[in-house]
Amino acid sequence: MTFHQFRRRSMSKLLTVFSAGSVLLALIPLVMILFFVVAKGAGSLNLDFFTKLPAPVGETGGGMGNAILGSLIMCGLGALFAIPVGVMSGIYIVESGSRLAPIVRFAADALNGVPSIVIGLFVYVIAVVPFKQFSGLAGGLALGIMMIPLITRTTEELLRLVPGSLREGALALGATRSRAVFTVVLPAALPGIVTGIVLALARIAGETAPLLFTALGSSYWSTDLREQMSSMTVQIYKYAGSPYEDWHRQAWAGAFVLVALVLVCSILARLATARLSRMRVAD
Amino acid sequence: MMKMLNSRSGRGAAVAALVVAVGASVVAQKMTINGAGATFPAVIYSKWFSEYNKLHPEVQINYNPQGSGFGIQQIQKQTVFFGASDGPMTNDALLASPGRILHFPTVLGGVVPIYNIPGVNAMLKFTGPVLADIFLGKITKWNDPKIAANNAGVNLPNLDITVAHRSDGSGTTYIWADYLHKVSPEWTQKVGVANSVTWPVGLGAPQSAGVAGLVKQTPGAIGYVELIYATQNQISYGSVQNLAGEFVTASVESVTASAAAAVTKMPADFRVSIVNAEGKGVYPISSFTWLLVYESPKDKAAAKVFVDFMKWMLGDGQKLAPQLGYAPLPAPVVKLELDAVAKIKIQ
Amino acid sequence: MARVRLSISDFIFRMGTGAFALVLVLLVSGIGFVLWNESHLAIQKFGFAFWRTSDWNPVQGQFGAFPFIWGTLYSSVLALMIAGPIALGIAIFLSELCPDWLRQPLVFLTELLAAIPSIVYGLWGVFVLVPAVRSLQTALPDSVRAWALFSGPPVGFSLLAAALVLAVMVVPYSSAVAREVLKSVPRSQREAAYALGSTRWEATRAALHYGRAGIMGAIMLGFGRAIGETMAVTMVIGNTPKAVASIFAPQHTMAAVIANQFVDANDQLHSDALVEIGLVLFIITLLVNIASRVLIWNMTRQRSRASRPAAAAAPEAA
Repeated sequence: MTFHQFRRRSMSKLLTVFSAGSVLLALIPLVMILFFVVAKGAGSLNLDFFTKLPAPVGETGGGMGNAILGSLIMCGLGALFAIPVGVMSGIYIVESGSRLAPIVRFAADALNGVPSIVIGLFVYVIAVVPFKQFSGLAGGLALGIMMIPLITRTTEELLRLVPGSLREGALALGATRSRAVFTVVLPAALPGIVTGIVLALARIAGETAPLLFTALGSSYWSTDLREQMSSMTVQIYKYAGSPYEDWHRQAWAGAFVLVALVLVCSILARLATARLSRMRVAD
Repeated sequence: MMKMLNSRSGRGAAVAALVVAVGASVVAQKMTINGAGATFPAVIYSKWFSEYNKLHPEVQINYNPQGSGFGIQQIQKQTVFFGASDGPMTNDALLASPGRILHFPTVLGGVVPIYNIPGVNAMLKFTGPVLADIFLGKITKWNDPKIAANNAGVNLPNLDITVAHRSDGSGTTYIWADYLHKVSPEWTQKVGVANSVTWPVGLGAPQSAGVAGLVKQTPGAIGYVELIYATQNQISYGSVQNLAGEFVTASVESVTASAAAAVTKMPADFRVSIVNAEGKGVYPISSFTWLLVYESPKDKAAAKVFVDFMKWMLGDGQKLAPQLGYAPLPAPVVKLELDAVAKIKIQ
Repeated sequence: MARVRLSISDFIFRMGTGAFALVLVLLVSGIGFVLWNESHLAIQKFGFAFWRTSDWNPVQGQFGAFPFIWGTLYSSVLALMIAGPIALGIAIFLSELCPDWLRQPLVFLTELLAAIPSIVYGLWGVFVLVPAVRSLQTALPDSVRAWALFSGPPVGFSLLAAALVLAVMVVPYSSAVAREVLKSVPRSQREAAYALGSTRWEATRAALHYGRAGIMGAIMLGFGRAIGETMAVTMVIGNTPKAVASIFAPQHTMAAVIANQFVDANDQLHSDALVEIGLVLFIITLLVNIASRVLIWNMTRQRSRASRPAAAAAPEAA
């Protein structure tokens, strides 16, 4: 082996080492975070955490019950707003055949990249200031705006994956375009779209910045959307910056809940798409 | 009675009574009153609102302790019913508000210098000029001779001082800056006094909890918070030299002593500074903290409920202060304030 | 293209779905418009000097936003310098070197890394990274710490901590997109290289060269993500508006200052100044995002039909 060959071979081996090392390196923070979240958070998860209100400042005990409820409510509200807009926009991009479709696609991409703090600013101006009220409604709106591009993208991808034969078959049988889409194409893509929605929800549940100046926070059970509403992420943020050990524990517990949620949704999504690709291979 | 219920009209009356009772309970729904502002009194406020809620379950007073600056801003924008601040509103700010805003003192508290020096558990003694120089960035190490001069016998390490201050608009900052301005002409010239100042050095953290958290986590840090944040979290804090030359530790007694002179000449709008007061046993960095309420609030129903809360606060509420390290209001102030509370238009 | 006459039903279909699509378009333009509108006080008063001056003093009405641009760019570029090679390494491993049975679990793990909420990264940053940076700093010899790049007291809350957190957050995005790009490089390219007797590294280099536009796009996507990140950064960067060279010094970024100061902006000028920062952030992320998508889209237009929705959704979510 000449030196030249030796050098080429070792470069190649170096590449293998480097790329495998990169994977390990990237996994280190993941393992660390999961470890910390479980170690520091799992122990603080008890019934109180899920059902009690926060105790007065400095007292131990209490929980994040209202924050969890608030997060659920606002995510639900956001989804209510985002799902129709997102799915219909995806349909418009793929199926309408309009020449304006690329503009909508561009808008979806643009909205996707907007930093969450900027969306918080926007919602503050249009939904908080005019009503002189911080509200769960504004918080839900902000979350919804963030969900729209995710759902649009998923819908678009999935509709494109539906085989043309299905579409054409429906049209050949005399269906109008809208009938073809809603009764044939969309149902074919639906499982994937639902998966995408679930993933988008899991992502949005972890957002903090858009809620900072829209929903603010509350120390009580708040189900009234016109009032301020507490949320898990903002609560964790407040607790993390405080000196109280008890609050730190609760912040980790909250983080545990969020990570567990994300984990469960990711696993479900994986299973669902594995099923889908098997189905597609079959046909 | 059974005879009455057996008759038709008796049953009708019973149903009517039931309807009225149910209706009344529906009408007596939750009332949420939103407030925001100072973190200085946040500990006692959250205790008060929680206790008041136990006495009156249909009243939920929701307080957002995001700093005095936030409180003033939100009360001016009318997104909250009441604000809270330990830096009294300036005349300009009052003029710029859409209605007449009144100040109501609630408790007295002390701002203490907190620090985190590994290996040093003793309570350090600080003079005013030394604190000013630290926060001006002129003293940068813990073993500086100026600090050591007042702390003979303490083994101060050669550690960099990391100044921690508020990043948000804060009444605690106001009180701290007020003190530094009274003891250091250089501070007056370079920095000044306000809820938000341009800090020559240091890291910013939001709210008192943030500053306390930062100091607790950073070796060599020094910060300033209300006494309760130091005691609740076992963070070391120092004693400060008052005008009489004594090194005084913040406590209910020393804070109350600082208000003694001001009580006799309390202005009608309650805006007064008791920082660096004269007298023995006075803790120099003490202050009142105020609730900000419109004289003529738009929401009359909420006003009625809140006035009721304030009367409770001035009575039973004050008893809860000492256990949390705050000094209750002196009796003459309470009397003056009850008169002032009556002026809030609840009709 | 010949104009197609639409039937009534198709017309209604287009209008109906179009109405929802319009909401989307209006939102994007609305954000731009509102940001523009709410910042004009600051724009009028300071003009372009806003971005050149360094004195951020809300109390005195002085607003020089240079430290925020500095902090944003510095932390993001540093993050990419760390994350870029790692993301590429992961992409190469997963697309070429990885045994089949290991691929799925690893892909799942990188997706998980992408899905962890930024507040959790922030928590980890505060309680783990910041003390680690502090220890690192004190462990460095004094001669090194005298250099401007490494100077300053060991506070821990620093640009380095922010760059590290950002790097961890960016790696999964960039690596997923880079993987897609590498997958769409025609096999013929690699096979030709092997036919000529290349080693694995040389064949990979050929593939990378072919897909360089897309790889560029993947890096830019990561960059766009980094500049907009708020929570994780503000919890570890120290929030001090001073543009300095030291990576150990507490600094500030555009997104973090908005999160910190907006709720108690002293006056209209202050809040307009912050909105102006938001406007510029919006424009920059828009441009970076567009540029990266153009680069990637060109490359992956011929992507295989077997791409999964989960993989598609995760990397595109910014």
